[in-house]
Amino acid sequence: MLQYFLKRLLSLGLSLVAASVVIFLALEVVPGDPAAYMLGVNAQEDTLNALREQLGLNGTILQRYLSWAGGLLVGDFGTSYTYRTPVSELIGERLWVSLPLALYALTLSTLIAFPAGIWAASRRGSYADAGVMGVTQLGVAIPNFWFAMLMVLVFAINLRWFSAGGFPGWEDGFFAGMKALTLPAIALALPQASILTRVMRSSLLDTLGEDFIRSARAKGLTRGQAMWRHALRNALIPVLTIMGLQFSFLLAGAIIIENVFFLPGLGRLVFQAISSRDLIVVESVVMLLVFAVIVVNFAVDLAYALVDPRLRRRR
Amino acid sequence: MKIFLHNRSMLPGLVLTLIFTGAAIVSLVWVPYDTTVLNIAERMKSPSLQHPFGTDQFGRDILSMIMVGARTSIAVALVAVGIGMLAGVPLGLAAAARKGSLLDEVIMRMNDLVFAFPSLLIAVMITAVFGASALNAIIAIGIFNIPVFARLTRGAALTLWSREYIMAARVAGKGPARISVEHILPNVTNLLIVQGTIQFSLGILAEAGLSYVGLGAQPPTASWGRMLADSQTMISLAPHLALFPGLAILLTVLGLNLMGDGLRDVLDPKLRRSRS
Repeated sequence: MLQYFLKRLLSLGLSLVAASVVIFLALEVVPGDPAAYMLGVNAQEDTLNALREQLGLNGTILQRYLSWAGGLLVGDFGTSYTYRTPVSELIGERLWVSLPLALYALTLSTLIAFPAGIWAASRRGSYADAGVMGVTQLGVAIPNFWFAMLMVLVFAINLRWFSAGGFPGWEDGFFAGMKALTLPAIALALPQASILTRVMRSSLLDTLGEDFIRSARAKGLTRGQAMWRHALRNALIPVLTIMGLQFSFLLAGAIIIENVFFLPGLGRLVFQAISSRDLIVVESVVMLLVFAVIVVNFAVDLAYALVDPRLRRRR
Repeated sequence: MKIFLHNRSMLPGLVLTLIFTGAAIVSLVWVPYDTTVLNIAERMKSPSLQHPFGTDQFGRDILSMIMVGARTSIAVALVAVGIGMLAGVPLGLAAAARKGSLLDEVIMRMNDLVFAFPSLLIAVMITAVFGASALNAIIAIGIFNIPVFARLTRGAALTLWSREYIMAARVAGKGPARISVEHILPNVTNLLIVQGTIQFSLGILAEAGLSYVGLGAQPPTASWGRMLADSQTMISLAPHLALFPGLAILLTVLGLNLMGDGLRDVLDPKLRRSRS
């Protein structure tokens, strides 16, 4: 287990370095000088130089990469060109919206998908199964931002149960915050829950066809007992993989959904940064999200090894 | 052919897909109303006989906008699938032909890396550098498709490489490149068609999302995502502005998914019996 862990850890480190190089180089080719942008057209040459020095824009490309990447390691993302505040502060504030939103959606999606998938699998071929599959077919095809707009129309504008957008902040209490995130989280969760339900169902059906389930039935367990005691745990591996992949879609999807509900999250930050050409903010947000994707998938790999000891040896 | 039409998902999928590709093709030569002409007198009209889907805030006919928008969606998604296949399939074939080699390792690790960048993030970076356009959406979705096809091809090709007929081809003196093209590729085509349909539908969803947040097609190019973004502030006054473009996306994606399911059932006889 330790060897497996160390091997995965090494590949995690390499992936993170590679991702940071790609992001750095991609935004390095941008024409224009941020220092000139910040100071305007009438800036003196020595003031420009001083600011470039302060922003870490002088030096070779390697030096700049190392100072940026070194900063990332200690949580220093640099200074925003337009807000003039540390990027880490900007991101920290916004993360308090985006991260709870993604987790809320992941929770909802799991709470929907597990029972629905198990229910459909245990009634394979019935109308219930066909119904669940039909709904998931729609859930996969619906653009989630459109679904969000429809929910705003129904639940915020017509029924007035929720506000149509905005975020009161967590200072107003946990429930006020969660209430503001509820419609966005449902919109975000719907397509993911649909995918997860399908995966749960087909994985469970595959497992139910295995020999050890027949053995369990042969020793006298009912179909339900065999499923709960033996099939479910074995069916979880593909489900975990998809959940890991989905986390990245949830974070990225949050960027779009935040736009529908005017939530002050990472999405809004990154779009404002693009329009004001605040590249260091774009760079940092992208890096953070890619970092999250890579780390979550690493965690999923480890989770497999815990669920299925066979996988530790196979790799 | 009979199997095709008897499949439960194939027929509705095919019909929906034909409707939307048909609308896109027809829009090249004819639309009910010119979408480049603004007609403020007719603005925000509810659906009627003259305008079956109503008109938008500039008095443009929404049915016409949707027909022209279908062109954008389909073009973006189609080219993005093309990029993914053209780059991904050869990479996957090469990795499988040299399994365990440095080449295989490099290709697969690069795939993992690209996989960590959801197409939205690629689009964010491209837009930050070059500005927004439909081309960005194509590139961003296309890049994300490459590892999808590379992994699929490699996985399928690996199982084929252990077959007897491949051994026979090797004995006959054929090199790995020739075997890959002559024997492996034809046998993974079915899988590629099915995955292509799925990526096509995901591409349409992604294009809509990117255009909605302003990272994709820019005005005056008509795009379903763009139409939804424009309708958002007026949704309480004129819900039909948001309803029809959204339905267009939903039905197109649904059609492609159903067709993909149907194709999978038909093209993979092993699944025909085991799936309910």
